[in-house]
Amino acid sequence: MSELKAGSNLEKVLRAGHFAFTGECGPPQGANVEHLIEKGSHLKGVVDAVNVTDNQTAVVRMSSWAASLILLEHGIEPNFQMVCRDRNRLAIQSDILGVYSMGIRNMLCLSGDHQSFGNHPESKNVYDIDSMQLIHTVKTMRDEGKFINGSDVDVPPKLFIGAASNPFAEPFDFRVYRLAKKISAGADFVQTQCIYNMDKFREFMKRAVDMGLHEKCYILAGVTPMKSVGMALYMSKQVPGMDVPDSLVKRLRGAGKGKVAEEGIKFALEQIEEFKEMEGVAGVHLMAIEWEHKVPEIAERAGVLPRPVV
Amino acid sequence: MIVAESKPIKELLEMVKDFKKILVVGCKGCVTVCNVGGAKEAAILASTLRISGRKEGRDLVVGEHTLERQCDPEYISELKDIVEDYDAVISLACGVGPQFLSEGYPHKKVFPGVNTKFMGGAVEHGVWAERCAGCGTCAIHLFGGLCPIARCSKSLLNGPCGGSSHGKCEISKEVDCIWDMIVNKMMEQDRLDELVQFRPPKNWTTARDGGPRKMIREELVK
Repeated sequence: MSELKAGSNLEKVLRAGHFAFTGECGPPQGANVEHLIEKGSHLKGVVDAVNVTDNQTAVVRMSSWAASLILLEHGIEPNFQMVCRDRNRLAIQSDILGVYSMGIRNMLCLSGDHQSFGNHPESKNVYDIDSMQLIHTVKTMRDEGKFINGSDVDVPPKLFIGAASNPFAEPFDFRVYRLAKKISAGADFVQTQCIYNMDKFREFMKRAVDMGLHEKCYILAGVTPMKSVGMALYMSKQVPGMDVPDSLVKRLRGAGKGKVAEEGIKFALEQIEEFKEMEGVAGVHLMAIEWEHKVPEIAERAGVLPRPVV
Repeated sequence: MIVAESKPIKELLEMVKDFKKILVVGCKGCVTVCNVGGAKEAAILASTLRISGRKEGRDLVVGEHTLERQCDPEYISELKDIVEDYDAVISLACGVGPQFLSEGYPHKKVFPGVNTKFMGGAVEHGVWAERCAGCGTCAIHLFGGLCPIARCSKSLLNGPCGGSSHGKCEISKEVDCIWDMIVNKMMEQDRLDELVQFRPPKNWTTARDGGPRKMIREELVK
């Protein structure tokens, strides 16, 4: 077995061939450290790493590197997210060095939601580089010890490089090629957008497997349990690139009053069962948005506990 | 061309409320083509200012003059005998015009009459759309002849992002996803191999990020 690239828990779990299980935690809209720790505590020992979002949906929150460090101090492995919207290449590279120096070992590279979605739509965006170039930047800093400008990095940051993939955005036929491009650029693992349309995801994975992408990169399937019919409708109508089939909305509606959330969890559990068997899927990324306290129960019922110690 | 839109009349009236002698200067260039700053629009604005002055009981003197272009000192100097009769000058040219007027007539107070929007063209009658960001290093041939710098909301060189939906950009259903168009066009042209090529970070020194720009053509400099 070749040397680990970063030596994070997530990398070790995947490398050992375990079915990975990652979670997500959004930093607070303020300096509420207690709340962050409380949310993180539900995920401790239940997931292999916790994605710490970077001003997600372009809403100002505690910086993802700071929240990542707080979780790390509390024994939770972060998957530090970075978007290209808010930083130029100087800030990006210095933050990469900063988080690595402070003990962070996983990093997810994203373009980021456009600022028009968030609470500072008047702001100017950066997009000096894009997510593909960000992946390549981390890879080059890590493996070649070079900055974007070609100069030497004094002690390269050894990070396990993550990327996102949205099989449901368009044009569908190009999505698997874009995933291939991200892998060529340096992605070690990929977390997908929330999956609801299973037929489409099966087709996407089939194409990925046919191209051998699952052998070059760990693909984690994105799961977000629906809490309500309203949430399903919101996701379906308001969130770009999200594919929520009518059949799922119908199923949630049919669950009856007070039972929709349980039906949403049941659907998520069925998905996880299928992903465990699906060729090319190396794990699940569970994004239980503002529902972190439910993650232990979902993990238990999904049969992914206890998490492997590697 | 450079595309501009008229400033709201209320804003213009507020800008020049302290002046009695106002010269409206139109431009026969881009702003004439996009119907906001030519001779016709200069006449309409001048007349609006006069009417508004009369309503308020103010005796305004409003002149109008339209130049061949306002981005050339040769034409700006045409105004030298006219401008002295006025306290304020409203330029209906793009952002270049009021600056050339300010530089040409340092003692005059110059106001912009339009908001300059972008470099683009008419996609249908009465509709203009952005096409160029003036980044200084054109590479549209790599993207099926379509510019992701100007036309992708995130200026992605390795798009499309995960927000592309039904051919539209994540920011609005009114905005086309240029990457959707790039991918479809290049796949139709059997250019998938180019599409999957990694495009490295752009050198922005030729864009505005390199500082205010200037172009010198030695052979033309007298």
